[in-house]
Amino acid sequence: MPDAMLQIRDLELRYAGVPAVRGLTLEVGRGEVVGLVGPNGAGKSSTLLAIMGMVPPYRGEILLEGRPLAGRKTEAIVRSGVALVPERRHIFPELTVEENLRLGLVGRRSRDGASDDLDRVAALFPVVRDARHRAAGVLSGGQQQQLAIARALVARPDLLLLDEPSLGLAPAVVDGVFEALAEVRAGGVTILLVEQRAQFAVGFADRTHVLANGELRLTLSPADAGDSERITAAYFGA
Amino acid sequence: MTVLQTLVDAVALGLLYALVAMGIGLVFGVMRLVNFAHGELLTAGAYALLLTNDMPLAVGLAACFGAVVALALAMEVVYRPLRTTTPTTMLVTTFAVSFLLQAVALLAFGARGRNVGVLSELNRAVSIGDLRVRWVTLVSIGVGALLLTATALVLARTDVGLQMRAAAMDATTAQLLGVRASTVIRFAFLLAAVVAAAATVLLTVQRPLVTPSYGFQLVIPALVGVVVGGLDRLVSATLGGFAIGFATAVLGDVLPADGRVFLDTALFLLVILVLLVRPGGLFGRTRAAWERV
Ligand SMILES: Nc1ncnc2c1ncn2[C@@H]1O[C@H](COP(=O)(O)OP(=O)(O)OP(=O)(O)O)[C@@H](O)[C@H]1O
Ligand SMILES: [Mg+2]
Repeated sequence: MPDAMLQIRDLELRYAGVPAVRGLTLEVGRGEVVGLVGPNGAGKSSTLLAIMGMVPPYRGEILLEGRPLAGRKTEAIVRSGVALVPERRHIFPELTVEENLRLGLVGRRSRDGASDDLDRVAALFPVVRDARHRAAGVLSGGQQQQLAIARALVARPDLLLLDEPSLGLAPAVVDGVFEALAEVRAGGVTILLVEQRAQFAVGFADRTHVLANGELRLTLSPADAGDSERITAAYFGA
Repeated sequence: MTVLQTLVDAVALGLLYALVAMGIGLVFGVMRLVNFAHGELLTAGAYALLLTNDMPLAVGLAACFGAVVALALAMEVVYRPLRTTTPTTMLVTTFAVSFLLQAVALLAFGARGRNVGVLSELNRAVSIGDLRVRWVTLVSIGVGALLLTATALVLARTDVGLQMRAAAMDATTAQLLGVRASTVIRFAFLLAAVVAAAATVLLTVQRPLVTPSYGFQLVIPALVGVVVGGLDRLVSATLGGFAIGFATAVLGDVLPADGRVFLDTALFLLVILVLLVRPGGLFGRTRAAWERV
């Protein structure tokens, strides 16, 4: 295992006293891609939001490069190199594509090299340049997903958190998104990939954990990608 | 008095109210807080002008802008714990701050109104063709248009302006991208204060009699405009402020003077009613909490 980028230890999250995540322990090494899959309400998004400092842990801890995140504000966590592509994308539909990207720059530690990074994401996702003066809300779902990923990348994160990038997209469009993510991975960015549709994550990630009802059920390797029976069984609590 | 003359005066007052309304809208955008104490910013500016009546104009203007900005930044600090509370708590707190500040002004300066003399020469009229227009009307139109344009440019072109717009549209996502709530909120108060101070200078020329409720009485109609226009869009809030200022000026020319008292009270009730029933404004997008879900 390479040195740890992210460690989650015995994490418990609660909403109004009701547990959403229970005793979650996982680790993401530098440069790795780790998948986190599970059915509706499993606690996947909550876990990502806890890493971002938006949901305070009820118990347990989260460490970034060995340092506990407890008590750090979201704005500080972003600036220590973590970027989230949120579920349902959450681009700003009334702002232009370019303005959406500029908002991604807010999370950078320094503006040095920002224009190189903007060029790089434009090469990866040409739509962010071709449609730069258009309102982001008029883009197609796939283009909005590309914009959401581009917006996270221009923050120059060491750790990229992706929450269901395949959500609502046609399979061919999903393939395009994952081809781009493969390039991001090749660029050395560490990735924690949340998916509800497990097939997309298992084949892509170095390891994929199955989360159901707030608890880890199983860990899968890319070799398990075709084993839909095991995945289904873990989803439904067998 | 011609119709055209009434209209020119109404545009001037409309622009001053638009500035006040825009300040309220800027703060609401990034904080979801309707600052009833916005009027006390004007009151502070007016008393600063009063206290520097006999000093050079530059000193008076500096005192006015300084007092308004300082009070606005102090309000931002006082309101900080409210960020995580309910809209009702916010509303009640800003009411309390407003009345507290009015009480302070009452203790410090007494209930009797006093006249600000700064720039009173702007009340002289110029003839433009058949029209007799006061200088303050022309200056108000110029300064109002300039400040509205400048604010629009700040919001459209600068990084902090972009962050303010993003925070107003979707605060959670803005936060996830690293936008600092404290930065955008402080900047919103600062912008609102600068604009309010400029409005104060021009308003005191037209209405020189300063009392502890000076700003409060001006802000209630502006708030009506903001709320009726729609709080969640800065442009409609500002337009609403303009419309109320415009209407007030026209009515002021048309109605007898003793009708004023009832007008203010009615407007005040109206703003509370609309805030409760349609917090997003009559033409706004958001609905009352119990309608949402
Ligand atoms: N803000 C919230 N307030 C209260 N309960 C919440 C909140 N967010 C999530 N929950 C609850 O926590 C549990 C986990 O939700 P979460 O969104 O983390 O699941 P998920 O795995 O991301 O699901 P999905 O695949 O549907 O996105 C669910 O039972 C959900 O109802
Ligand atoms: Mg989710």
